[in-house]
Amino acid sequence: MKILVCISKAPDTTTKIAFTDNNTKFAADGVQWIINPYDEWYALVRAIELKEKDPSTIIHLVTVGEADAEPVIRKALALGGDEAIRVNAGSGDSYYIASQIAAIAGQGAYDLIFTGKETIDYNGSSIGGMVSELLNLPYVSLAIKFELNGASAVITREIEGGEEVCEVGLPVVVSCQKGMAEARIPNMRGIMAARTKPLKVVEPAAVDSLTSIVSFELPPAKAGVKLVPADNPAELVRLLHEEAKAF
Amino acid sequence: MSVLIFIDQSEGHIKKASLEALSYGTEIAGKSGIAAEGIILGNVSEDIAALGKYGVKKIYHVDNAALNHFDAQVFTNAIAEVVQRSGAKVIVFSNNVDGKSVAPRLSVKLKAGLVSGAVALPDTSNGFIVKKTVFSGKAFANIALNADIKIIALNPNSFSVNTGGEGSAEVVKTDVKVEEAKVKVTSVNKVKGEVPLSEADIVVSGGRGLKGPENWGMIEELAKLLGAATACSRPVADTHWRPHHEHVGQTGLAIAPNLYIAIGISGAIQHLAGVNRSKIIVVINKDPEAPFFKAADYGIVGDAFEVVPRLIEEIKKVKGVA
Ligand SMILES: Cc1cc2nc3c(=O)[nH]c(=O)nc-3n(C[C@H](O)[C@H](O)[C@H](O)COP(=O)(O)OP(=O)(O)OC[C@H]3O[C@@H](n4cnc5c(N)ncnc54)[C@H](O)[C@@H]3O)c2cc1C
Ligand SMILES: Nc1ncnc2c1ncn2[C@@H]1O[C@H](COP(=O)(O)O)[C@@H](O)[C@H]1O
Repeated sequence: MKILVCISKAPDTTTKIAFTDNNTKFAADGVQWIINPYDEWYALVRAIELKEKDPSTIIHLVTVGEADAEPVIRKALALGGDEAIRVNAGSGDSYYIASQIAAIAGQGAYDLIFTGKETIDYNGSSIGGMVSELLNLPYVSLAIKFELNGASAVITREIEGGEEVCEVGLPVVVSCQKGMAEARIPNMRGIMAARTKPLKVVEPAAVDSLTSIVSFELPPAKAGVKLVPADNPAELVRLLHEEAKAF
Repeated sequence: MSVLIFIDQSEGHIKKASLEALSYGTEIAGKSGIAAEGIILGNVSEDIAALGKYGVKKIYHVDNAALNHFDAQVFTNAIAEVVQRSGAKVIVFSNNVDGKSVAPRLSVKLKAGLVSGAVALPDTSNGFIVKKTVFSGKAFANIALNADIKIIALNPNSFSVNTGGEGSAEVVKTDVKVEEAKVKVTSVNKVKGEVPLSEADIVVSGGRGLKGPENWGMIEELAKLLGAATACSRPVADTHWRPHHEHVGQTGLAIAPNLYIAIGISGAIQHLAGVNRSKIIVVINKDPEAPFFKAADYGIVGDAFEVVPRLIEEIKKVKGVA
């Protein structure tokens, strides 16, 4: 079994969001970078669990990013995984990133390709679907459970108002979310081992982006909360009903 | 040339999010003076022609039982064939579960630019620019779609359904090649009788301030009274007080209801990331310093165990329920 896990770096979840250069760039100065939570907690950890069950499993990590993505990919290696590949590319849209991942995946004969459900900065939820189309593979998105059953996978995925269980032959691309695995933290042995695990840097394939970011904006500030005294819930109901027309 | 809108259905019923997509796509078409057309896959039990009231003129219906279950690859190929026939240059999806799987695939297949999580109509005064949410609702980005074909996946609850259109749509039974699905659906488990959280207009949500699962009776009663879905903060789901599918926030579901009522939730930044697109936020918390009040429109500083039962009584009065 060979698994490719797509890892992206993301600003820590408590980061204050601000922009520079006339609102065209994210203010990245001083930002703490983490592994995108969905990639870490669900995609990577589930891959590690599969390896723990079957030690012959090989896990590769891929990230598309510049050298500043290396601490994050090292941390991912410390959690588990055998080697990492960084595609040395700066900015590009989802199509560009997916094309780079597909190029790596196409060379590796992977049985499984895991992505996170979405990046917490761009919120594209598109890379997994794009990679699957580029490789002409089936795609199961928003997976909350994943089990292997011989040469197929049994996957539970989210649907509106419930869940759906499906079975699909390998190879398959899966986007992962909560439920797939329990979060864990790297231990000292993993951190030491990660230092000597291979981290290959490859140059990007020539691909053109199909979209570009023109500018960012912050939502308008809220007018401020209207507080209603605790002993007068009737007033809250009146405001919601008559002023906000919320029900 | 046309705007093609994907109409998503489940078990023969058209999803509410698709009505928003229809209204949105129709408005784009109207502004550019081109036709708005729909596409619907699988057997449908509802009156498809009646969707004309959302402004769409023509609907391609691939009435094939093999499409009753979702497979992203099969759906993508079927839609691509219809795109070709209709000559669509703009394709609209809802950014819901199915849309998130198909729109990216289709964009690769058609070499189309994709913007997912759109929240506003495209600005075509200088190119084709669509606003989307980024940083989990904490900001927006304006994205230029530079390819010939453009795909927009519209965030649920960000565009109002418009029933101003007239008459019925022409339903065109359409045959496309439908290959065998590689993904076989073996069971579907829907929570019966509840409003799905992702589609709910009103959401009542509880946090650790409620002390334990045994205290959710009043949350459920309030939700039922308002026709609302119930949600919770992450620690509440993690400790199994509530099922996982109720968890909203950065790592859970992101929702954008009209009204979000947060009870006993502190309002951590990761929680806000999943609910900050709600139109109106009401916070009930006994701590006046709780960060949630900064993001709220209305609030009560008080003990939930006293406030919520009284709130229920007051709503009953307004609703005329005994
Ligand atoms: C990477 C990361 C991702 C995360 N993702 C999420 C996420 O997706 N969703 C999420 O919710 N959290 C998430 N968290 C956790 C988040 O940081 C908070 O810990 C969590 O939201 C707190 O939940 P809470 O408000 O229910 O509990 P608490 O923070 O314990 O707050 C309880 C609140 O209840 C109030 N209270 C107590 N008693 C009463 C009473 N009787 N009446 C009224 N009010 C009362 C208290 O004043 C307090 O404000 C994430 C954290 C990290 C690090
Ligand atoms: N730069 C990147 N390098 C590697 N994987 C990525 C990158 N960006 C996104 N991904 C993967 O694709 C998933 C979905 O990302 P997105 O479509 O941007 O929301 C993420 O959770 C990652 O698993």
